[in-house]
Amino acid sequence: MILLNSREIIGGLNMAERELVIPGDLLGEGIAGSGTYMENGKIYASVLGLAERKDKLIFVIPLNGIYSPKTGDGVIGKIEDVAFSHWIVNINSPYFGVLPLNEAVTDFVDLTKTDLTKYFNYDDIIFAKISNVTKTKSVQLTMKDRKCRKLYGGRLIKITPAKVPRVIGKGGSMVEMIKKYTGCQIVVGQNGIVWIKGEKEDLAIEAIQCIEEKSHTTGLTDKIKEMLENGEGDKNGTKANS
Amino acid sequence: MEQKLIVDGKRLDGRALDQLRPIEARAGVLKNANGSAYFRIGKTIAVAGIFGPREVHPKHMEEAETAILRCKYNMASFSTTERNRPGPSRRSKEISKVMREALMPVLFLENFPKSAIDLHVEILQADASTRCAAINAASIALADAGIPMRDLIASCSVGIVEGHIVLDVAGKEDTEGDVDLPIAYYPKRDLITLLQMDGMVTKEQLKQLLELAKKGAMKIYEIQRQALKSKYMEE
Repeated sequence: MILLNSREIIGGLNMAERELVIPGDLLGEGIAGSGTYMENGKIYASVLGLAERKDKLIFVIPLNGIYSPKTGDGVIGKIEDVAFSHWIVNINSPYFGVLPLNEAVTDFVDLTKTDLTKYFNYDDIIFAKISNVTKTKSVQLTMKDRKCRKLYGGRLIKITPAKVPRVIGKGGSMVEMIKKYTGCQIVVGQNGIVWIKGEKEDLAIEAIQCIEEKSHTTGLTDKIKEMLENGEGDKNGTKANS
Repeated sequence: MEQKLIVDGKRLDGRALDQLRPIEARAGVLKNANGSAYFRIGKTIAVAGIFGPREVHPKHMEEAETAILRCKYNMASFSTTERNRPGPSRRSKEISKVMREALMPVLFLENFPKSAIDLHVEILQADASTRCAAINAASIALADAGIPMRDLIASCSVGIVEGHIVLDVAGKEDTEGDVDLPIAYYPKRDLITLLQMDGMVTKEQLKQLLELAKKGAMKIYEIQRQALKSKYMEE
């Protein structure tokens, strides 16, 4: 108990930036953000992650967890089922997404004569946006966005959804860097699915998996940059030798 | 002549009366689980795996406003000296049930409506207090899976052996002792979420037993926290 009390004092007065916290850790007073809960006017961590505070807002960036759909998120999904006037999409979450016909296609469709598989067929991969999530977690998708499209070919990898922000980087810096070094097309879904297409797919996948593994460490951008440069060097090296 | 279980305040394995067995705890040991943990206390080993939150099957078990927690406790057939008949038993069903009830109070299940969190605990080696080891492993695994929770649940057992109150009942003390009392403890609110007992105690003894059990649980709580931290702080 003594140990706990000393922790509480440290936590309350000067919580270090980006401190690793465990569920139940006291984070001080203020406004409870995501990954936290309030009890008796004090804020505690509810997930394992890195605690951060911005002014009065205290929140925890989780290190693991499943994807929970949020309105406005861009996700990569797989068509699971084609219904009479909508598609059922697997979005790597406990809840499936529903893509209605009018949110997917702009031209007029006569439902009695058209087979919907001509737009999206089973197992097609799409990048869609979440337009609405209800309280009971029924998820509405839309294709009415500049970035939304069907993804042809390429490869898909799964990463921990909690680590998507690190893969994207500040203002997309990380993913842009990988694109630049590998020349691949990369689409990152908020749901932890990444689509990669290009000649150096392997190097890009390696880099992304490396980010996932080391996401909680500092100086990540430099590490990845070094890795990408070396990866390129190796490949040129083997080519020169053979 | 039967062997004495306590000689000069020392137990069979050389421990003091209020001493835990050596503990080893690790988070993230299973590759295919969303969260997992390994917990060893003395010769008792438990491995826990969390799958989910994920879609509920069968569908009729689904709850509209909350996630459901499904626990499964299983003892490996090679975990005991006498081969254990594999498959569910009355005992394993009971432990699955009490484990679920011990862990439920700390979970924010309402964050994942219409989903299921599956918890599987496997006892690889049994030497008394398996339900405590199972709960401890499960608690680490839940945190490792990133499931929102209010606190970790720590669990340990206490007992009375030859008239002495002892912490962390092990081996022969379990089969030949007078009382075995496992508890699960929710430290933040000072709540006991599991309490089972076999044997007979007086009111005074029960108070002392609980006091000791809470102390033991707090030590385990620190070890659980350390296990979670060390997963991310290798350097």
